[in-house]
Amino acid sequence: MGGVRWLLLKDLQILRRSPLQAVLLVAYPILIAVLVGFAISRGPEDPRVAFLNEVPANSRINVGGQELPKANVKKQVCERVECVFVADRAEAEEKVESGDVLAALILPANLVNKINSLSTLTPGVPEVEVLVNEENAVKAELVDDRITTLMAEANLRIARRIGNEGARYLSLIVGGGEFKVLGETIPILGLRTSARILEDVTPALPPALRPSLEQVTEFASQARDNLDVAKPLIDRLAQPIAVEKVVVGGKSPPLEIFAIAVAATLTLAFVVILLVAGSLALEREENAFPRLTRGLVSSNALLGEKVLLGVAVGLVVTLLMLVGMRFFVPLELSRIGLWLLAIAAGAAALGAAGAALGAAARDVRAVSLLAFMVTLPVALLSLVPSGSVGSGVFGAIRYLTGLFPFKPALEAITAALDASGPSLGGPLLHLAALFVAYALIARLALRRFATV
Amino acid sequence: MQAQGLVKRYGDREALRGVSLEAGPGELVAIIGPNGAGKTTLLSILAGIARPDAGEVGATDGAVGWVPQQAALYRRLTVEENLLLFARLEGHEDPRASTAEMLELTGLRERRGEIVARLSGGNQQRINIAIGLLSRPAVLLLDEPSVGLDPRQRARLWEFVSGLAGRGTTVIFSTHDIQEAERYGGRVLVLADGESLFDGSATELREAVRREAPEDADRDFETAFVAYLHHRGH
Repeated sequence: MGGVRWLLLKDLQILRRSPLQAVLLVAYPILIAVLVGFAISRGPEDPRVAFLNEVPANSRINVGGQELPKANVKKQVCERVECVFVADRAEAEEKVESGDVLAALILPANLVNKINSLSTLTPGVPEVEVLVNEENAVKAELVDDRITTLMAEANLRIARRIGNEGARYLSLIVGGGEFKVLGETIPILGLRTSARILEDVTPALPPALRPSLEQVTEFASQARDNLDVAKPLIDRLAQPIAVEKVVVGGKSPPLEIFAIAVAATLTLAFVVILLVAGSLALEREENAFPRLTRGLVSSNALLGEKVLLGVAVGLVVTLLMLVGMRFFVPLELSRIGLWLLAIAAGAAALGAAGAALGAAARDVRAVSLLAFMVTLPVALLSLVPSGSVGSGVFGAIRYLTGLFPFKPALEAITAALDASGPSLGGPLLHLAALFVAYALIARLALRRFATV
Repeated sequence: MQAQGLVKRYGDREALRGVSLEAGPGELVAIIGPNGAGKTTLLSILAGIARPDAGEVGATDGAVGWVPQQAALYRRLTVEENLLLFARLEGHEDPRASTAEMLELTGLRERRGEIVARLSGGNQQRINIAIGLLSRPAVLLLDEPSVGLDPRQRARLWEFVSGLAGRGTTVIFSTHDIQEAERYGGRVLVLADGESLFDGSATELREAVRREAPEDADRDFETAFVAYLHHRGH
């Protein structure tokens, strides 16, 4: 154990003696982590869309001779995209071509007239115009998605308004009331009242006329009942399928907590793996390994010292990062014990993986490259959610990421940061298994070091 | 230091073929031979770094110090930090005193605070040897210690090593420089392709060369030695 202490001191001295490398070792992973965390925690920005509304200001959608309340299309559109108002079509085209805006939305002057024609015998096709510049496939896809969503929402809103008006007229026919047209109020008797009047007058009629009147009364009652049923149907026409979200599995913390967990785990992974792999490779590069293991320290002790170095430095850096993050996101400091446990367990497994990498490569440069080539893709693959790729591909990703300590470390840190996250026990067991496996691999790979 | 019938194979290649060696206290033994002769392999086995496939190395009275061909030290630490680290790892009761002693012995006391990477190859080699001496070895194994040193540095190195032998340390060193072996080796062991061709004094080696390669005997010793190896089938 004494030997491990002096080796640890030596590694820290070497780290202190290389301030640029030490700063890069810590600063670079934190930079990557903060960028990834920032990207995850923020949704996509509203796209800039040029907006040209040529519809006359006093135009109103009219259903059955009744004007609907003002739709305020401008407000509806500009809540969902960043509107750039343009004076005419030429300006809209210029902004799209120059890339200043993602697309241009033009509401033509006859749009309301076309919508109003929908309730006539000669319905037209209301159209809006979208100008796009599909300079690349991603941009084209983004525009398609945004515009399709925007139009679906507009269609839904109009359908709801028409449905509501239809339902109001039905209520008037069924229950009676007042109907305003051309400034005059017309009383509507309604089917319900009509049936009641007919029922009241029937006894006063000659018996020969009663059967006919009873038929009319029966029709009025049936029409009232059936039209009552039709009302909810008209309501549903606007939105036939409702969405009910049921969580059947998985527990997720708030997005900003998950983003911080991702940032912290990325930092931990890069710091620990690079440090452990690099310091182990340095023993070989400096030709010190055979001299050390000739009886001064055992190979196991040397491996243990490297992992301990990674755990110690990784713990300090990650903890400082989390404490710093508390200024921006409310993290529960009362859970710091769990933070330490999760970070230490993650660091130990990542350190063992780093030792295996360090034992496999011949020099520090090669091992640094190898560590980046392994850690970065595995970390990014670990962030792929289920359902975002095919089931076969996701199965392969899950298997692959399960073999590397990044994902369980992320799960452990997420669980430690927030009570609403997943449980801590499973990831800790996973990390323990990976620690043992990678420690064995490192021990076997270390035999190559002894070759003179 | 005793070794009998050492055999070492790397796959199909035999690096050592039944090599034996014996060296007493204060003796300076030079192991000489062309590249690939098995010199480093023999020293590695004597040092306990590698295991022989056959043969055995006898126990020594005291520690065996080993100085690898390439300096095995930390170039980003200072001279003193390197010596202190290895003194601590050796378990010295007073590692600072041992470090001071080694600094004195190597003549690097004035440069103890310098980063090793900034020192010359010769000075790095002196620290490399000093680390090997920290175990206070009865036997010191030096693998091509003078490689990369200029003549002045070589002279200082051999003065230092001869001093160690003079104080009773058995020194076994490898070299491919025949003149160095002749000048500093009290005994010379000639290896070629893992085979021991000669074991005796430098004078006896000259006689053996003259006997085996008489046509080259009047030429310089290095040329005559190469002819000797050729005559022996190497």
